[in-house]
Order: sequence, then structure tokens, then C-alpha cells
Amino acid sequence: MSSKTGEVILEIEGLKKYYDQKAVLDGINLSIKRGEVAVVIGPSGCGKTTLLKCVNGLEAHQEGSIRVDGKEVGSDDFSWIAARQKIGMVFQSYDLFPHMTVIDNILLGPVQVQRRDRAEVTLQADALLERVGLADRRGDYPRQLSGGQKQRIAIVRALCMNPDIMLFDEVTASLDPEMVREVLDVMLGLARQGMTMLIVTHEMEFAKAVADRIIFMDGGVIAEESDAKTFFKSPATERARRFLNTFYFE
Amino acid sequence: MSLNWDFIVEVIPIYRSAIILTIRIAIIGVVLSIIVGAVCSLINYYKVRGLNLLVRAYIELSRNTPLVIQLFFLYYGLPKLGIMLSNEACAILGLTFLGGSYMAESLRSGLEAVSRVQVELGLSIGLNTFQLIRFVIFPQAMSIAMPALGANCIFLIKETSVVSIIALRDLMSVTKELIGMYYNTTESLMLLVVCYLLLLLPVSFLLIFVERRLRYAEFGV
Repeated sequence: MSSKTGEVILEIEGLKKYYDQKAVLDGINLSIKRGEVAVVIGPSGCGKTTLLKCVNGLEAHQEGSIRVDGKEVGSDDFSWIAARQKIGMVFQSYDLFPHMTVIDNILLGPVQVQRRDRAEVTLQADALLERVGLADRRGDYPRQLSGGQKQRIAIVRALCMNPDIMLFDEVTASLDPEMVREVLDVMLGLARQGMTMLIVTHEMEFAKAVADRIIFMDGGVIAEESDAKTFFKSPATERARRFLNTFYFE
Repeated sequence: MSLNWDFIVEVIPIYRSAIILTIRIAIIGVVLSIIVGAVCSLINYYKVRGLNLLVRAYIELSRNTPLVIQLFFLYYGLPKLGIMLSNEACAILGLTFLGGSYMAESLRSGLEAVSRVQVELGLSIGLNTFQLIRFVIFPQAMSIAMPALGANCIFLIKETSVVSIIALRDLMSVTKELIGMYYNTTESLMLLVVCYLLLLLPVSFLLIFVERRLRYAEFGV
């Protein structure tokens, strides 16, 4: 992974997305390099989730371009089926497929979509489960797991596809407080291993710890973009200052 | 009141052949209904252009007309168009025409209950539309719709009791014949009830079993 650090994996230019007449994304420019961890923060409704959904084609955009691994969305040699195998996504709702056991949830993509050997993927899945501390739950059904456990499995499910980049959409926002940490620790571990990540979160301390770069969005645009240290210490814009202030009590 | 046991023993073979006919019509009819229903519900779910309205029209026509009348149309109407079908084929076709809409609506309720999040999840791991239906949407929809599908099965099996209208010797038909010939009303009707129970109770238990199996994953026992 680290051998190819620096190569651009995701490149977004002038991205615009409208719902009816309202622009939810109003000209986003963003590029993510291999091995980079970029954290998107900003107030509710600023377009963070929509941005992630555009990146893996769950929402269509109207203007601008998205390039995944050099291939432009909508061009002749581009297919979402192929692109989504390189883009792992973890959702806020910590949903698994409720009718499948943990291991079947994880194997579905690699075996059915990537046509990989079941035994080989099972080995990888078990190793990943071990890493997130859930090896003993491989035969359980999702209803038997807590929210935090489900979310860790969801991360494993995405990882098992061997993605080039992982998208995290407020993955701890719906979890009980005591379960947030176990999920964030898994993500922190991934970041340290050099996984390329685009993370939307409201956990500011986590953002500080994990981010190479902070992307502050407001009103459908990137209002500020800087390294984590600079951003949290001395945000350049008034909007970012006001946003950060909402997290402190005095 | 005493029962005429000699009569009962004598007519049991008649009931046996009638119940076999009923079972044959019911099984083929129910299976075809499920297939028709599955196709129709998916067309409605995906709002397939051109076909969606056609399917809606079929469903309304099918569930708002009685089976007896549908059978009349098939039995007396089709030959006028030059299509000759056996009585049994007409009965199966009629049952499928009726059952298809019931199955479609029950399945659609299941499909629409599968959350948007599940669909997005499936897409996000790269499933194509067919895989998404097969691995994610359909199993969950089936699990949700199972009680309604089971009720439809039993309803359709019972509906076969009208096929005597197109001269098929099913349970209802032989019962009426026997009453007409021998006036052993009590015995004949009792045998009729027993036959339907023998036919439907196992189906009912089977459905409970299938439902448990299907829903175990999501709901526990």
C-alpha cells in the first residue's frame, strides 16, 4: 500500500448536485491521495452525506466530474459495479443483512461480486474478525449483536472486498455512547495501517486524532481545508470558528 | 343419529379420486400463482415502463371478479377464439389467473417493506440488480410476506371447490352427485369436510414450519 503513496485515488471537480432547484453540493473540488485520511466535518445538512453517496453512485450528480482510480464516472470504460468494489462504504445506520449470519454478510460481496474463492475469503474474513475482536460471533445473526458490534462487522464486510478507499458516513452517530469507542478504535487502527479513508464525522476529538486533512463543509461548498492541527487550533474562517464553538461548553 | 357405514366405505374410493384431482389442480395452480405473482410484484416494485400499468390492470381484473366467472370465460370463451383446453387445464389456468394477483400484492407488500438502506447496502458492495434481488431484497420480502402468502395458499386450495362448474369431478362435485343419487346427505357432507381437513391441515402446519424457518434469521423462533 505505502509503496504507491501519493497516487490520486479519488478526484472530484466542480461537483454539483441539486434536489429540485436547491443545490446540496455547489461546486466541490477534492482529491484524495493513496494512504491519506481526510475527515469531512460541518453542520447538519451541509452536504457531507450527499458527497459520499455521490462518490459511490448512490446519488447521481448533475454537474462536475468524479474520477475513481483515474476512471471518470459516466465515461465508456466506467462501471459502478467495478468502482464500488474499490470503494468500501460504511453507513450511519449500522445495518447488516438481517437474514444472513455474520460470516455470510461478509462473504456475499467477495464471493458473488468478485467471484473469489470462498475458502480464501473465509480465511481473510476470519482474520479481520479477529482484528476487530469479533471472531467468536461469525455464526451469529445480526439481531444477536449490539450496534457497535454490527458496525465493526460492517467495516469488516467493506474491508474484505480489498477496497482502495473507505468511506465512512457518520458511522458512530446512531450508536450508544459506550459503543462509539470500539468502532473508532477500529478506524484508528485502519488509518495507522495506511488505509485511504474519507470520513464524515461529528466526533471532533477523533477527527483530531485520525485526520491528515480536515475538510470543513458548509452550505454545499468546502469552506475551509487544512491539516488537522491548524484547523482545530486556528480555523481560518469565521464559519468554522462558530461551528467548532458549538462543541465546547463554558 | 346413526351413520350408514357401509355407504361410507363404498364411496371412499370416489372421494379418493376426487381429492387427488383437487390436490393436482391446487398444487399446480398455487405454484404457478406464486411464479406469476413474483414476476408481477417485481414489475410493480421496479415500475417497469409499459408493463407496470398492464400488471396493475391484470391485478384489478383478477381480484375483483369471482373465480366462477373467470372459469366460465376460460371454459366457454376460449374455444370461441379457437383455443381448446381440457377442463383441468382451464381450472389450473383460472386458479393461476386469480391467485397471481393475490400473490403479487402480498409479495409487493414484502418488497416495499425492505428498507432503502438495505438496497443501498447491497449496491455499495457492488451487487448488480439481479444479485440485489436474489440475495438482499427477495429473501427479506419473502420473510415479511410469508404469513400473507400462506393465507393465499389456503384460500386458493379452498377456491378449487368451484371447479365443478366446468364439469370437473372434484370433492364438491362428487358430494353433490352422491347426495343427489343416494340421499345420504350427512355421510356425504361429513366425508367432504373430512377430506378438506385432511388436505388443508397438513398444508397449514407445513406453512407454519416454513414461516418459522424463513423468519428465524430475522426474528428468532
